[in-house]
Amino acid sequence: MNGIATAPVIEVKNLTCGYGETVVLQNVSFGVHAREVLFVIGGSGCGKSTLLRCLIGLLKPFHGDIAYFGKSFTAADTGQRRDILKTFGVLYQNNALWSSMTLAENISLPLEEHTSLSRADRDEIVALKLTEVGLAGSEDLYPSELSGGMQKRAALARALALDPGIVFFDEPSEGLDPIISREMDELILQVRENFGTTMVIVSHQLSSIFRLADRVIMLNHETKGIIAEGHPAELAATSIDPRVRDFLNPNNDLPKQTNENSAGGTKLIFK
Amino acid sequence: MNTQSTGDKTATAKVQAGVSDVECRVQIGGDWRLNERVPSWKSVFQNRMAMNVRVVSDDLGKWDTSLVLFLVHGRAWCAASKKQFHAEALPENLQALLRQVPVNSAAKPPVEASVKPWELASNIAEKWADHAQQSVSFLGECTLGFIGVAKNPRRFRWLDCLVEMQQCWASSLPMVSLVSFLVGVILAFQAAVELRQFGAAIYVADLVGLSIVRELGPMMAAFIVAGGTGARFAAQIGNMKVDDEIDALETVGISSVNFLALPRMLAVTVMMPILALYANVLGVLGGMFVSATMLNIPASAYWIETQNRVGFSDVSSGLFKCLFFGLAVGLAGCLRGIKCERSAAGVGTATSSAVVTGIMLIVLADALFAVIYNVLGI
Repeated sequence: MNGIATAPVIEVKNLTCGYGETVVLQNVSFGVHAREVLFVIGGSGCGKSTLLRCLIGLLKPFHGDIAYFGKSFTAADTGQRRDILKTFGVLYQNNALWSSMTLAENISLPLEEHTSLSRADRDEIVALKLTEVGLAGSEDLYPSELSGGMQKRAALARALALDPGIVFFDEPSEGLDPIISREMDELILQVRENFGTTMVIVSHQLSSIFRLADRVIMLNHETKGIIAEGHPAELAATSIDPRVRDFLNPNNDLPKQTNENSAGGTKLIFK
Repeated sequence: MNTQSTGDKTATAKVQAGVSDVECRVQIGGDWRLNERVPSWKSVFQNRMAMNVRVVSDDLGKWDTSLVLFLVHGRAWCAASKKQFHAEALPENLQALLRQVPVNSAAKPPVEASVKPWELASNIAEKWADHAQQSVSFLGECTLGFIGVAKNPRRFRWLDCLVEMQQCWASSLPMVSLVSFLVGVILAFQAAVELRQFGAAIYVADLVGLSIVRELGPMMAAFIVAGGTGARFAAQIGNMKVDDEIDALETVGISSVNFLALPRMLAVTVMMPILALYANVLGVLGGMFVSATMLNIPASAYWIETQNRVGFSDVSSGLFKCLFFGLAVGLAGCLRGIKCERSAAGVGTATSSAVVTGIMLIVLADALFAVIYNVLGI
């Protein structure tokens, strides 16, 4: 797409991560360019969320490096880390809005923490952010007073509070009906158009992937790494890997299971 | 021919087993339902000798997993007693389900031998070491946080702290009032029985006053705050953890210790001596009430006796301890909340653990202060 700069804004090199002694991803390397919408896709349990937790600093990788705008995040000291945290926003799968605070306080808190803006200025920014996501006038509502779709928008407003260069999304369409989900996609595109934000989206919602993605990387739990990378439509049409084709072409029949213990499409588990 | 069908009206599952020279033919029929009594393979196939077992369906109605389970048991039984199991005559979908279950599925893996005592001890020791390490690192984070606040008090969340103080006061007050008044009453009753025999009933005031002010007032207030406010901290913070709200704080660059723990810890540390002072007053009033009604000691005499015996050092030593009790409750509540597991059960465990840890720390601190005060002669 137009306007992609050459130097990646996120650079992941030889990342190995997991929980305890379990390695979930091994030697994963990729880059994300400015203004790009990158989807991280793959079947359940392939390490999408683990990768995201590493990228946003909630999980310490075993090896490898993650760099934002050329600065290492994994090797950063407390001060540098704080600076890097300002450069990205995160929209969590379950929104993770601070439930004891109003929407205004939710959006205002990152501003309070990282800027020296006056209360009045912060209030103006809050109003602006809420308007951007279509929630004008909802400043004094608590997250529990909003519907799922509205909470998602509010969470996006909070993620955008500091005008970050990068926004991470964890399953942004999860739990939304198809129309609200499409509206959310439009909103994501609009934010990218208005602010030139780089987006990294973890999702397996095919409609969103084909609508939004400039590029996808597909993870696989067996190889513990990336098995495909490219534009989703091209991958769907040209990939020779059946795992990629089957994932991106939902209308294809699933391959017949050859396992003698399997029958039909469903599988019962007896204990 | 042996027929087994269950006796009750609703259950219609039927099994008939007939033995010929070459094979045992099993006819299954009727409705098979998990919530009804169905025949078991073992009861049908006692003492059957044929080498081949062939299962066929005859007037088979609706069936569910109970039938599959019956067949799985049958197949396993056949495998164990070296018989051939034939299910080809059964409906295709039933066969398909049967194929999904491996033949040896009935053979459970051997149950692991019971845990050795030394392994158990080492597991417990490991768990305690883990807890201790968590507590020390949390304490370190809190200390750094408080140093940060001292350097830059404007960054502290004073409003949150005030709200927590108000909640701590409001939620603890009724219980503290009731419990300390009753403790005063109980002490006075116990003392009165003994002291009246020696005509020394007036000393009930001394006994109640000193016990309440030095030990029981602060302790009762601390226990009630640990059970109420400490548990609330753990549940609140634990729930935030389950909902990823703490992760959201961390990715905005806000330390959860500074944001959530410090205001709460300060609030409960400040409120504890105030509540203890209130508990002292109520406890003395409890004693006064018993003396006035039972021992005919006028309230004024009781009050003067209390004033003569209970000095400033007694009151202040009790209240000084409370600062540490408050810190212990805040620490236990916030630590357990922040280290809470991400599940509903995790929040429950964190809450009860916060109360237990809080009470344990309070008693430990009290024992320590008893020794210190004794050495210092206070």
